Amino acid sequence: MPTMTFAQALNDAHKLEMLRDPNIYVAGEDVGIYGGIFGVTGGLLDQFGPKRVRDTPITESAIVGTAVGAASCGLRPVVELMFVDFIGVALDQLFNQAAKMKYMFGGKAKIPMVLRATCGAGIGAAAQHSQCLEAWFMHVPGLKVVMPSTPADAKGLLISAIRDDNPVVFLEHKMLYALEGEVPAGDYTVPLGKADIKREGKDVTVIATAQAVHTALSAAEKLSADGISVEVLDPRTLNPLDEEAILESVRKTHRLVIIHEAVKFAGAGAEIAAMVAEKAFDRLDAPILRVAAPFVPVPFSPPLEKEYIPSEEKLIRAVKTVMES
Amino acid sequence: MDISKEKMVEMYTIMSRIRMFELRVSELFAAGKIPGFVHLYAGEEAIATGVCANLLGSDYITSTHRGHGHLIAKGGEIQFMMAEVLGKKTGYCKGKGGSMHIADVALGILGANGIVGAGPPLAAGAALACQYQDKGAIAVCFFGDGASNQGTTHEAMNLATCWKLPVVFIAENNMYGISSCTLNSMCVPNIADRASAYDMPGVVVDGNDVMAVFEASGEAIKRARQGQGPSLIECKTYRHRGHFEGDPCAYRRKEELEEWKEKDPIPRFEQKLVALGVMSAEQVREIQDTLKKQLEEAERFAEESPFPDVSELMSDVYTA
Ligand SMILES: Cc1ncc(C[n+]2csc(CCOP(=O)(O)OP(=O)(O)O)c2C)c(N)n1
Ligand SMILES: [Mg+2]
Repeated sequence: MPTMTFAQALNDAHKLEMLRDPNIYVAGEDVGIYGGIFGVTGGLLDQFGPKRVRDTPITESAIVGTAVGAASCGLRPVVELMFVDFIGVALDQLFNQAAKMKYMFGGKAKIPMVLRATCGAGIGAAAQHSQCLEAWFMHVPGLKVVMPSTPADAKGLLISAIRDDNPVVFLEHKMLYALEGEVPAGDYTVPLGKADIKREGKDVTVIATAQAVHTALSAAEKLSADGISVEVLDPRTLNPLDEEAILESVRKTHRLVIIHEAVKFAGAGAEIAAMVAEKAFDRLDAPILRVAAPFVPVPFSPPLEKEYIPSEEKLIRAVKTVMES
Repeated sequence: MDISKEKMVEMYTIMSRIRMFELRVSELFAAGKIPGFVHLYAGEEAIATGVCANLLGSDYITSTHRGHGHLIAKGGEIQFMMAEVLGKKTGYCKGKGGSMHIADVALGILGANGIVGAGPPLAAGAALACQYQDKGAIAVCFFGDGASNQGTTHEAMNLATCWKLPVVFIAENNMYGISSCTLNSMCVPNIADRASAYDMPGVVVDGNDVMAVFEASGEAIKRARQGQGPSLIECKTYRHRGHFEGDPCAYRRKEELEEWKEKDPIPRFEQKLVALGVMSAEQVREIQDTLKKQLEEAERFAEESPFPDVSELMSDVYTA
């Protein structure tokens, strides 16, 4: 299997799908000549030309809105928001238009589009370029929300997202772009709505998303030295959520810790914890704990940003706490 | 135009201070001392300087991601700016904002901004407060050619005329929004051409000529102060550096940059002032020496300042 970075895997997915389906077009700020600020769309303009790879003005509302309109009329847009934080500029087109058209029209529309966006802290990009907003998108009926953690998943999930007939928000954590891993060559899909066990364990389930999956894997390694066997589960898709995989793991370990980078209050972890409490309360031997960012915008200064991002130490402490009760 | 020699020397000094500050910031960035994104204003200093030379302390500005020049021209102190850029506790935002968010509301600086096109509505809002409370003050919005294509910019201009707000929109047209050239992102040659759609005066000026900027913006600011409503001034310019530090800039021709460097606003103004006898070569050297010392002091202050303590992470989210 070839080794690729997360960014290269996403690039590969674009190329394969664009070769397969002429109705796919790519648009966004600096996606063409520049190849994407994080390099994801590099080479697409040369290979597919300006009809299919469109550099746009700075105009998020129109980037997203034209994708919705075009998707409703037969195209399959894959558009990029340079940073997910910019969704504020375009939100109506996503949550009132893309998400609701099918339902409002009594099923007589489909919006097969992908909105890709970079998220996450870690490079000192401060409050307006570092957020994790997946919970916002999860809260809107009609949208699907994908958040990969490895190069292979990135490729397989993006291809599935492109082939899906619904609007999919595809979130890429910026600290993952340079991550290398083995990626299946050629056509490869990972189904939406299917979680993956990134490490098997029997004492406690840790559910983690995006960059936090790697925090969890590293913590699991250290905890195994203390005799604690951690199972790391990556939902990969937050909506639809693979409830069955989560419940199955919790029924096995009887303990659950959730880690994500978004703020803890009303975050994705709250939904997962509530779901487990509703459906498997009697299988739990300890309260569910969440490790996530505090309720504050992302700070700039390095020591503050470091404190903000949920750390391995905090996760280890949480796992030990649930093990003790 | 009536302008004193002192005022001209002051404008020269401010432009030079901006340039010197930023060159040092670029060195510190290259040395790995500055996290995040740094967008430099080098080549565009005449715009902020010429505009702000017409402003009073009580006036407001909104800035952009490329904000160092606007801040310095509106009275921002470089020691607190340097501390902020380095993420120190003594910075303008206690290290919480960084280069892209430097602000000092007390100086009328409503912040650099990480969101392209966020400034125009904010500036219109500041102007609304000025008009509402009869403050006699006005607001100035600096924004880029890229920002000129955002809906927020159009909405703000329309509303500003509808409400006759005392706001001046200063378009800094450096021909690019990252890699996106205005030839592809706009369908009119000038941003100022759009002014007619909002029934406000629209003027194009050489943004590398500080006196031209001073005069044109002076007219618009006077108009705003007299209650005659908003104006749009487009300053044609060019950025000397990449979009952000670290940008390889493959989308621009080297010759284009060289051509524009010939029109560098700082040596151009310096030569003019020396030729007019406003400044002597000796005085130029003195100014540069003083600025250099001030910069060294600012950097020392910033370097010696502590990082914020982690206990400060949670403060400043809400007003008690
Ligand atoms: C809403 C939003 N979209 C995109 C960006 C990313 N971005 C930052 S600066 C920039 C280019 C801005 O161009 P322009 O307004 O011309 O200002 P310049 O950088 O040339 O000074 C872009 C696309 C952003 N920060 N905010
Ligand atoms: Mg520009």
